[in-house]
Amino acid sequence: MKFLRQFAARIVGQSIRVFARAITAVRADWQGIEPVPRQRVYFANHTSNADMPMIWSVLPPALRRTVRPVAAADYWLKNKLRAFVGPEVFNCVLVDRRPEVKDKPMDKIIAALDEGSSLIIFPEGNRNMTDDPLLPFKAGLYNMGVARPDVDLVPTWVANLTAIMPKGEVIPLPLICTVTFGEPIHVKEGESKDAFLKRASDALIALAPEDRT
Amino acid sequence: MNSTTEHILLLTLGSFGILIAMTFLGEVLRAREEPGFNNPMLDTYMTRVQSWWGMVAFIGGALLLGRAGIMTLFAFASFAALREFLTLTAKAQADHLSLALAFFAVLPLQYVFVGLGWDGLYAIFIPVYAFLLLPIVSALRGNAKRFLMRVAETQWALMISVFCVSHVPALMNLEIFGYGERSLLLVAFLVMVVQLGDLLEYFFGRRIGRTRIAPGLSPKTWEGLFCGVISAMVIGGLLSWITPFGLWGAMIMAGVASLVGMFGSLVVAAIKRDRGVKDWSHLIPGQGGFVDQLDSVIFAAPIFYHLSKYFYG
Repeated sequence: MKFLRQFAARIVGQSIRVFARAITAVRADWQGIEPVPRQRVYFANHTSNADMPMIWSVLPPALRRTVRPVAAADYWLKNKLRAFVGPEVFNCVLVDRRPEVKDKPMDKIIAALDEGSSLIIFPEGNRNMTDDPLLPFKAGLYNMGVARPDVDLVPTWVANLTAIMPKGEVIPLPLICTVTFGEPIHVKEGESKDAFLKRASDALIALAPEDRT
Repeated sequence: MNSTTEHILLLTLGSFGILIAMTFLGEVLRAREEPGFNNPMLDTYMTRVQSWWGMVAFIGGALLLGRAGIMTLFAFASFAALREFLTLTAKAQADHLSLALAFFAVLPLQYVFVGLGWDGLYAIFIPVYAFLLLPIVSALRGNAKRFLMRVAETQWALMISVFCVSHVPALMNLEIFGYGERSLLLVAFLVMVVQLGDLLEYFFGRRIGRTRIAPGLSPKTWEGLFCGVISAMVIGGLLSWITPFGLWGAMIMAGVASLVGMFGSLVVAAIKRDRGVKDWSHLIPGQGGFVDQLDSVIFAAPIFYHLSKYFYG
């Protein structure tokens, strides 16, 4: 039974990749960094539910096997299908965002890093529905950088998903989606949380293509 | 096996012959290089030759499958081109529905009309109906910001990627006296003369090109263009046996198609320059996107179609 579920998870994962490629011809643009197996935290902008599958789809297989998206438990455990796709297809690290919960999200994240996994995180915390390029970052990225300073923090810009599927629309447009990976950053000695989060946010915005509309 | 199939096989094998020679040349050049030395020119050349193998295999295979094969292949090319084009154009959320209609209604309908051979309709469906109705759909959402620009760019995307590209398979609908069912071969003729003309234009431009046609836009030169068009005419003459045009007719048609195509790729270069991109996408290794690869065929197709229809139809 377990074997069957794993097999099904691989099939679903491949289908998601093929679907993403067929519709948006999604591609990776490795700008400041090579796609080599190093432990990394990919931190990305969040405008759509398709962000994470897009990043996941463009990672080469060797990197995809070790990467775990950090995602909200309340979203991914809502029904049986999501509970299969989130934890089993994408191998998500599920964190509970409710403040009253005992196990702190950061414990699970650090545990995943200590197992050697790379992570995908969305430091804005929520989907960005505003016209600003990014919402203010939450502290998580800084805490990871302080706790595990050897891990590369890689800014990852997912372009075009807002045009592909703007809020409130039903039909996605098959426009080309590009995922740009920038130069990794680290928390500097004695750097304050706010200074670091500002620097991380700037590094991410710098990867956004020039807006022409 | 009928003569059309025989001729397609012959053309495909002939193209394979050219590609084998090109691959062999590349391998020889690579073998003569010192080990460890990296030659980016040669690498580019080899990636391109590999993409050409794929393209010849696809178009050859589609031609052998006949009408349905060619229709499917070019419908897919239109889709890929439209996706590349609309990724770069101005748009607002108010255009979402009209863009969705462009992808999922206008594009398939145009190919259905071409497939049914309704030439009165596919000639005007996009430039009349789509061009008038899609802006209405956008206007209903009440966003006037850069409206004309949004509408115009969407329409040009449709014109280039769907209307023009669909005129390649539309060649199969031409009824030319005494040519019968063989109009499939016109697709092969157009693609071959234009693409080979492009390749030789590039080659001669590199060798003897001096005077740039549009400096700051494209490295194309008048010398390269001249040699490319002459080469296309010679190739057109050599291929005249698959056309209904006769020797001189085939040469002139090849020359016109190649000339229009070359200026077409200049237009496409101007759009890319304006948008600050080098290629339309990265779908074809070494060649950029579908629009990069097909730009000259895209421009040549409707002109070639109408000249064939007007003079021989």
